[in-house]
Amino acid sequence: MSAEENSIVTPRVAVNDLNQSFGELEVLRGLSLHANRGEFVTILGPSGSGKSTFFSVLTGATTPTSGDILVDGSPLSASGDHLAFMPQKDALFPWRRVLDNLTLGLEVQGVKRAQARERVRPLVPVFGLEGFEDAYPFELSGGMRQRAALLRTVVQERDVLLLDEPFGALDALTRTQMQAWLEKMWEEFRWTVLLITHDVREAVFLSDRIYVFSQRPATVVAEIDVPLPRPRTIDMVTDPIFAGIEAKLLKILLENPDMSGEM
Amino acid sequence: MRAIAKDRVAGTLGPLLVIALFLVGWQWYATHGGPGNDVLPPPSRVWEQGWAAHADLWANAIPTLRATLIGFALSLLIGFLLSVIVDSSRLVRRSVMPVLVVSQTLPLIVIAPLMILWFGFELMPKVLIVALVTFFPITVSLVEGYASADRDAETLLRSMGAGRMRIFRSLRFPSAMPYFFAGLRIAITYAVVAAIFAEYAGASEGLGIYMQLAKNSFRTDLVLAAVAVSALLTLILFGFTYVVERLTIPWLRLYRRAQASP
Ligand SMILES: Nc1ncnc2c1ncn2[C@@H]1O[C@H](COP(=O)(O)OP(=O)(O)OP(=O)(O)O)[C@@H](O)[C@H]1O
Ligand SMILES: [Mg+2]
Repeated sequence: MSAEENSIVTPRVAVNDLNQSFGELEVLRGLSLHANRGEFVTILGPSGSGKSTFFSVLTGATTPTSGDILVDGSPLSASGDHLAFMPQKDALFPWRRVLDNLTLGLEVQGVKRAQARERVRPLVPVFGLEGFEDAYPFELSGGMRQRAALLRTVVQERDVLLLDEPFGALDALTRTQMQAWLEKMWEEFRWTVLLITHDVREAVFLSDRIYVFSQRPATVVAEIDVPLPRPRTIDMVTDPIFAGIEAKLLKILLENPDMSGEM
Repeated sequence: MRAIAKDRVAGTLGPLLVIALFLVGWQWYATHGGPGNDVLPPPSRVWEQGWAAHADLWANAIPTLRATLIGFALSLLIGFLLSVIVDSSRLVRRSVMPVLVVSQTLPLIVIAPLMILWFGFELMPKVLIVALVTFFPITVSLVEGYASADRDAETLLRSMGAGRMRIFRSLRFPSAMPYFFAGLRIAITYAVVAAIFAEYAGASEGLGIYMQLAKNSFRTDLVLAAVAVSALLTLILFGFTYVVERLTIPWLRLYRRAQASP
């Protein structure tokens, strides 16, 4: 098998039969999924099902009870330097100005502060943060905070972006704007993305493929392709394909029996 | 904006008014059949006599201030080192913390003379006593501050490849700064008193020894004048913590205001 052929076949990220328990509490059960190079994959699941736990295993912050995680076919190294993570709360540091928050990942990688700033600066206007470089994060609007958190993730130039409910805390209007904006950004940069959400419309609008998680312990109950053309636009939500997938996902989420045995 | 200005005026005028009322009441009582100047001189007399002796008071305030500042610097160093040690693992915390608590239960009235016995009448015992009295709030506030660090932020740093040191430096330590300054203010209010106490137990100069000498010659007015000087020193140091706070963590004030406004 040639190297090129190999890269076509091998997914960027592959997770095989992952299990995670915290003492008695079983959170992930037999989880298997993958994301191909440049693919936008969404994980849709009920609240408290274990989605964030799954990411914390991927980032290496939590060691799984069992299971394999492969990045480009080789096991995820303990340092986890293939994945860039954006936490559920934006986790911008209030004592750092916006620009210094953006360079955090590069600084941790050992890049000099001045150099890190030079690398971040050209992306600041692209992410709509121009003029706010010297502001503190708590002086930004909700949407700007999320864009800053996303930029902080992106500048690390890792192979895969892990986005944990990036727009969960935003109001409906800002959220819709941010989804459209993220779609546009993705068209431009074609990152490999794993996105967590419990917003069905967001999942359909952004994704190439969607995995639906069960209640805790989380396992994959459905895998759904989204064959909508790119670039996606807001008016696609009325497209019959869009509406059909949305309805199907809702049905799965609502009918999916509670696996932990409680209602 | 106007509400803030109003708050500030009330915040300054309120205590001044209370103090003024207290002084007026005291003055009236002391001059209208009080127990006499030896026991309770009126504030006016404390002021007059204190002013007359101001060169002496100043000369004795200097060594007290020196012991306070050096002791407090030592306390900061020890307090920080202990906080790092206590923070290093749960086992260490469990075994070290009780020892620190016990150190705070030692009766100073016994410790101070022992220190003098061991280290003489010079600066050393005073510095040690100031440090002993003030390190604890510093350590505790730092340890609690480290623990307040955001879990998500820690996961984030880990995902970036950060190790323990980096997480401490970039997250846990800055997270602790607001707590630290709260602890610092508690500690500093004890510092001057601790230095005076140490001097009381044995010294050749300082406000503590000045008070003792004044008391022994029934100059209650001068004792009270020295008390006023020590209170003034504490107030100045206390105010200074706000200056340092604003210089080292300028974001905190803005952050609190942003949290309060919406
Ligand atoms: N370190 C841990 N120790 C013990 N239990 C944990 C730990 N981390 C997560 N859990 C538990 O795992 C379960 C799943 O949590 P998780 O945060 O992964 O859910 P989630 O799907 O991200 O939820 P949400 O949609 O609300 O963000 C919860 O019951 C949580 O209490
Ligand atoms: Mg979550």
